Amino acid sequence: MSAPTMNTAGQTLLEVDSLTMRFGGLTAINNLSLNVPGGKITSIIGPNGAGKTTFFNCLTGFYKPTTGSVRMHHPEHGPLALEQMPSYHVARKAGVVRTFQNIRLFPNMTVLENLIVAQHNALQHASRFSLAGLFGRAGYKQAREAALTKAEMWLTRLKLLDIADLAAGNLSYGTQRRIEIARALCVDPLLLCLDEPAAGLNPRESAELNELLLYLSREHHKGILLIEHDMNVVMRVSDHICVLNFGNKIAEGTPEQIQNDPNVIKAYLGEDEADEKEAA
Amino acid sequence: MTTPAPIQFTPTHQMPAMLARAKDAVGVALVSLLLGIPMIGLHTVDQGGVLAVMTRWPWLLAFVVAMFVGRFVMQFALDHVKLNKAKRERKRPEVAARRPWLTWLGRALLGFAVVLPIAFSGNRYVVDTATTVLIYVMLGWGLNVVVGLAGLLDLGYVAFYAVGAYTYGLLSTHFGWGFWETLPVAGALTASFGILLGWPTLRLRGDYLAIVTLGFGEIIRLILVNWTDFSGGPNGVTSIPRPTFFGLPFSPSTDETTFSSFFHLDYSADHRVIFLYYVILALALLTNLFVSRLRKLPVGIAWEAVREDEVACKALGMNVTNIKLSAFAIGAMLGGFAGVFFAARQGFISPESFVFSESATILAIVVLGGMGSQLGVVFASVLLVLLPELGRDFSEYRMLLFGAAMILIMVWRPGGLIAHREPTVKLGRAPSPVPANQGAQA
Repeated sequence: MSAPTMNTAGQTLLEVDSLTMRFGGLTAINNLSLNVPGGKITSIIGPNGAGKTTFFNCLTGFYKPTTGSVRMHHPEHGPLALEQMPSYHVARKAGVVRTFQNIRLFPNMTVLENLIVAQHNALQHASRFSLAGLFGRAGYKQAREAALTKAEMWLTRLKLLDIADLAAGNLSYGTQRRIEIARALCVDPLLLCLDEPAAGLNPRESAELNELLLYLSREHHKGILLIEHDMNVVMRVSDHICVLNFGNKIAEGTPEQIQNDPNVIKAYLGEDEADEKEAA
Repeated sequence: MTTPAPIQFTPTHQMPAMLARAKDAVGVALVSLLLGIPMIGLHTVDQGGVLAVMTRWPWLLAFVVAMFVGRFVMQFALDHVKLNKAKRERKRPEVAARRPWLTWLGRALLGFAVVLPIAFSGNRYVVDTATTVLIYVMLGWGLNVVVGLAGLLDLGYVAFYAVGAYTYGLLSTHFGWGFWETLPVAGALTASFGILLGWPTLRLRGDYLAIVTLGFGEIIRLILVNWTDFSGGPNGVTSIPRPTFFGLPFSPSTDETTFSSFFHLDYSADHRVIFLYYVILALALLTNLFVSRLRKLPVGIAWEAVREDEVACKALGMNVTNIKLSAFAIGAMLGGFAGVFFAARQGFISPESFVFSESATILAIVVLGGMGSQLGVVFASVLLVLLPELGRDFSEYRMLLFGAAMILIMVWRPGGLIAHREPTVKLGRAPSPVPANQGAQA
């Protein structure tokens, strides 16, 4: 298990090499290469249908890429071929944990339970496949307390402590987003993949999200891979931005470089809007 | 607007509803007037051998007014129920609070279950029926792991019950195994059958899973029917030995030490009935303890997480395959235990006891009780066993009554009798350091 304080800042954490994903005749991702450093925030932007979420699905084992490789340089386990791992191994062994565009919480369980479920592997190990747990052995109780402490720590950091015992499905959208991030953090990720965390948030909430992302990357040295449409978030927090359009990488660089990149302005901002106006 | 209805509360936004109800009631009154003219307004009387048509307008008026008021009150009551329901649903985030009365109800039921054979010691029928109820309670608790907690719809649960029953039936008649030795073996065997069923169905969900499990249940039954050399076919397995009281048989014989001679009691057939009742009570309570502890352990929380969202589980690094298989195995094992008891109690088993309708009954118990609720299973079992028993007097309407009761319950409580879910762990909002002990035992 990766320790939460493991500092991988600056090193290349994830190395994506000529990744291609085809669905029948549709090429969702075309020959994409990308390096994601640890402890920094890397954003992936692009119009709808550019292949961003597909990219996440390839990273986290939900899709098997057609060709190409995804290497995770894990400080403990060495280089790992994510494209060959089942999805649960990606989170458990490689420390790459994702959230979803359409929030996927456990709605009938409480917020705290959601965070405890995220620590299932450690707890299940400590409970010796339920035997030690059934008889209430000390080792299991310690692991359980540790899990609760960790959950409470993230609940406090993400200002969720007051609602810890409420059913997650009944809470507001912005809160559910925060819970999903807190839950992912409970897995102790080295790389946190957030799929549109600002979608549906109001301006105040997305300002809070900015702070949270910066805090996680600066204080906890989490590598963050961010898919986002909200430019207020992307431009303010990203260390590095990669722009996708129709599955191709069209630009890569710092926020300033991206904002001034003619390709991006043409393909992503300018031309699309003009097209839309013409169509309308 | 004049409305003769009993208005309890009429906030301003309620007025359109009142108007709508009044209109509706007027409509009904008109229809009843139309129908009432020939049916009530006019009637025929025998006047010296000749039929004469007489009128009775006051009756008709009373009828129409009654229809109007009745309809209005009915609508009002229906809306009221809906409103209350909506209110309750809106309140739900706060409903995470505990319900101590449920715990007390459970304890009271347990106390009642313990004294039942003493209270009804002369009444063999009551103890027998209670034993049947407890078998279903145990089966319900077992299936609750699969359906209620892990959310895997299993329509072939009776297969595991059958495997357990035949394990004891065959081991005891062929190899002379006793009840208590067979229990763990049958548990292990049915658990493996659970994995056998679980393995090919891992990718299936919902309806598709239900169909495959249904097929599995039928396969087991058909094997039992057709493999005559092994299972005795449709004739089943007969003269299965009854469980003994720590080696003391329940029999009137005087050659050996029996239960009655050991305790210097007069032999009575009731002893065995009461003993069996306590055996199943103990088994059921152990099951309950086991399942409710498991639910709070990582594996139990994982079952519920898989029910809620399988994809999210994978993204959190959980091996969904193992979690589902463990649910199948443990659910099957508990069904197997119940099966062993069933064989020991009946002394005779045949494939007829393990038909699909048994699976459906057990599933109905879990669904009616409220998915995942332990106490709900008890209520539902009592209901589902007692309703047909009570209905014996109206033999041909029995299933009709039964069906009507089921429909009524599902209309009244769509989430089951006890739809409340108790969180497995609570923070309790105590100041840090973490109140883990509170959480662990809550």
